[in-house]
Amino acid sequence: MSDPAREERSHRDGVRAVAPLAIAVVGFGVSYGVLARAAGMGVLAPIVMSMTTFAGSAQFAAASILDVGGTVAAAITAAVLLNARYGPIGVSVAPWLTGSTLSRFLHAQLTVDESWAVAAEGDGRFNPQVLLGAGVTLYAAWVVGTVLGVAFGDVIGDPSTWGLDAAFPALFLALLVPQLRDRRAKEAAILGAGIALVLTPFTPAGVPIIAAAGACLLGLLDRPTARTDEGSAT
Amino acid sequence: MSDAWIVVLVVGVVTIAIKALGPMLLGGKPLPERVTGVVALLAPALLAALVAVNTFGGDQELVLDARVPGVLAAAVAIKLKAPVLIVVVVAAVVTAGIRAVTG
Repeated sequence: MSDPAREERSHRDGVRAVAPLAIAVVGFGVSYGVLARAAGMGVLAPIVMSMTTFAGSAQFAAASILDVGGTVAAAITAAVLLNARYGPIGVSVAPWLTGSTLSRFLHAQLTVDESWAVAAEGDGRFNPQVLLGAGVTLYAAWVVGTVLGVAFGDVIGDPSTWGLDAAFPALFLALLVPQLRDRRAKEAAILGAGIALVLTPFTPAGVPIIAAAGACLLGLLDRPTARTDEGSAT
Repeated sequence: MSDAWIVVLVVGVVTIAIKALGPMLLGGKPLPERVTGVVALLAPALLAALVAVNTFGGDQELVLDARVPGVLAAAVAIKLKAPVLIVVVVAAVVTAGIRAVTG
């Protein structure tokens, strides 16, 4: 049953939804390229990393560790911890990816925090078209930014001078608010934020976020039939 | 192989695998009902954590800096039902403005 109040969203809506963020993503791509060169990663490796790993925080962490002379193992561990959240995120979008194996693989690779967040339609539903449109836009912005940073160096200065680091939490907040439809969602949000803040001083980056994902286990407190119309008495 | 390339290769392969795992194994099939209720709460839990960490997170510490008033201004814009573009721009402008003034 389709909800008449909710218009079907398309690729274009995905592009439009992350467009305000694309400038910030280019800016951070540039600064990642600059940092990676300074860390001795050369020209090609940072660009290949943006094209394959496509995860800003993990790439920054890995480059920063190499920059200060950290070990390869430390750089890899930090980056993998930061990307661990894509395990549960992948499970959440999986039911809505109904295409071929290749299509599902590509959608999965374009699933990053921002594309995932704008594709969320509430109650656990995700729109694969919005995910794709947003993901391709962010991917292009990230790779172009990296190339610019590697090729031309520090042309824009520190992105935080322009307040670009505040753009990401603002977007996440704007996308969080419509998710808070019922009491359980609000509890999950408060618990998730609480877990993340409490763990931040004590754990490596990435752990607070993946631990916060555990707040969704609050869903086990609901009866499994609570979200369906026809309740079977099991 | 240089250190940089080892990192690029290993992190790339592991990240691609992590991202692919759910959609490859579970793609296109509805999750069990019990799991659906849990997964539905992933968006609020994780988005709230991302807001918190991106607003207050430092290098293994919590910090109060110009991002905080930026995100508060964004919250006001959201309350006033501003479009997402405006919300994001408000946060960046307020944060940049405070950094410019306080140096």
